[in-house]
Amino acid sequence: MSTLTSVSTASPVTQTLTRPPRSLWRDAGQRLLSNRLAQLGMVIVVFFTFMALFVPIFFPYNPRVDSDLIAQLKPPSLEHPMGTDEQGRDVMRRIAHGAQASLGVGVGAVLIAVLIGTTIGLISGYVGRSLDLGLMFAMDVLLSFPGLLLAIAVVALIGPGLRNSLLAISIVSIPIYARIARATVLSLKQQEYVTAAHAVGAKGGRILFRHIFPNSLSPILVTATLGIAAAILETAALGFLGLGQQPPFPEWGAMLADSVKYLTSGAWWVLLFPGLMIMLTVLGFNLLGDGLRDALDPRLRSG
Amino acid sequence: MGRYLIKRLLALVLVLLGVSLLVFGFVRLIPGDPAVVMLGERATPDSIERVRTQLGLNKPIYEQYLIFISNALRGDLGTSVLRGEPVTREILRRFPATIELALGAIIFAIVLGIPLGIISAIKRNSWFDVSSMIVALTGVSMPIFWLGLMLIFLFAVILHWLPSGARLDANTQYEPITNLVLLDSLLQFNLALFMEGLRHLILPALALGTIPMAIIARMTRSSMLEVLNQDYVRTARAKGLKERSVILRHALRNALLPVITIVGLQVGLLLSGAILTETVFSWPGIGRWLVDAIYARDYPIVQGVTLSIAVIFVVINLIVDILYTFVDPRVRFDT
Repeated sequence: MSTLTSVSTASPVTQTLTRPPRSLWRDAGQRLLSNRLAQLGMVIVVFFTFMALFVPIFFPYNPRVDSDLIAQLKPPSLEHPMGTDEQGRDVMRRIAHGAQASLGVGVGAVLIAVLIGTTIGLISGYVGRSLDLGLMFAMDVLLSFPGLLLAIAVVALIGPGLRNSLLAISIVSIPIYARIARATVLSLKQQEYVTAAHAVGAKGGRILFRHIFPNSLSPILVTATLGIAAAILETAALGFLGLGQQPPFPEWGAMLADSVKYLTSGAWWVLLFPGLMIMLTVLGFNLLGDGLRDALDPRLRSG
Repeated sequence: MGRYLIKRLLALVLVLLGVSLLVFGFVRLIPGDPAVVMLGERATPDSIERVRTQLGLNKPIYEQYLIFISNALRGDLGTSVLRGEPVTREILRRFPATIELALGAIIFAIVLGIPLGIISAIKRNSWFDVSSMIVALTGVSMPIFWLGLMLIFLFAVILHWLPSGARLDANTQYEPITNLVLLDSLLQFNLALFMEGLRHLILPALALGTIPMAIIARMTRSSMLEVLNQDYVRTARAKGLKERSVILRHALRNALLPVITIVGLQVGLLLSGAILTETVFSWPGIGRWLVDAIYARDYPIVQGVTLSIAVIFVVINLIVDILYTFVDPRVRFDT
């Protein structure tokens, strides 16, 4: 390989004629940075990521000292900018701590799904034959359930909790990435450069992961970013149904479930703020994902 | 075409077998004895034994699956452990409520989403376009259950305009024919009942329909934009046709094709969204029943509802797929 790349580097003459070569990723990065909506998405994503990473480190959550029974269900004030809930807990503090659960599960589930799904897809597409048939059949079976339904069913059986929701959501997302990776392999398997790699004696695994896999990176990156948005919504839905994070630890969906009891008493702040946070986070990942898609594949640019 | 259909149907049967195996396996995945899990630790050995026999847990596992699948094929999805009701009968009784909700949602999504998309595309980059696309973007990012709760808070709690849940007022009695309230009330010429059912349907349908509406609006817009750049649209304009007829007759017809597919793809979203919407609005459909059964650990219901929803989902997806090949002959069958 190293000899091949050294041959292909541009000679001094051509370098003066053409602009300096830019890699696909740098090119895409510049397009991404010049996209207003993607910028907004990035700001939102970075903001909530910081919240999820650093709030638990610097202000560890202690449910025992959190409630203040004198200050129950107080509307927003200077002391409690987002009000207090039915146990007198500061809604803003619980929201800040809830970011860890939502983003942790969202990002974690997608990472696991990408790892397992891509591996399944790559091997399935490369090996082909009955292994491909079997694996893709399994993926088709998983895709036969509407995503949230499958996640609910899995958590219902293995038990509620944050870790189990992560597991359930990642299982649901595996087939998506398996299909993308497999499609890449199938479209590239017959390419000449793959045959050339075979001819110089590269082993199957090396060809698969060094030569074919990088080509599926950009569709997987786009899908995964949008997938995090979907996973955060699913985490919140599981939390809302009482199947996710268990009390007393805060999670945005579970906070909304608590707020239902106080709808009729007009406590709008326990309803508004957690939902707003979910929406903002999801919007951030959606904007970033859309921006990434436009940047990585200008042909698909929407509108 | 015939061969394509047969191939797709065979694949469908295989996938459904896989789905049934997975759903069957679900209950075996529960750590510990399912009978004990369902009845709780304090159950008497007698009742545990009864449930074990009822679920067939004493037989070898392959035999259990054969019984499960042959019963399911005959339309028998077992009986509820806690109430003893046949699961199939209860699903059939509750499903119309879910259909009514999903139809209400998708009608709202189409009626609002397509015009929004068309106008946005025609007035590209105008304030209307920008604001409706912001609405669409926030729409797809919103948790359904939160939107539902906000709607209840605003329109039921504060304004008292609409009821906060259920299909009808608590003391309303009516003789169900199809169990679709709106259809039944029309069949019985009962306008008051129709209006009452409609008032109850509006908020849940809005909550469930908002995400599909946003997706349809975005799809219609980008599809329209693409079509408006085509040569035949320029030709139509060059012929001196009125702009209205260029857009409605020449552009829209072609732009709607991808939109139809997108509408078809919303089935999964509507079904899983219905679980949340029905929970928020106390809507007596299969979604809320599923959630109640999960809390009660009534696994035959969980199994039955999960299987039914998956079957509906797969079959509708196949129908949409096949219809699409009819509508657009450019789609090739050989894959």
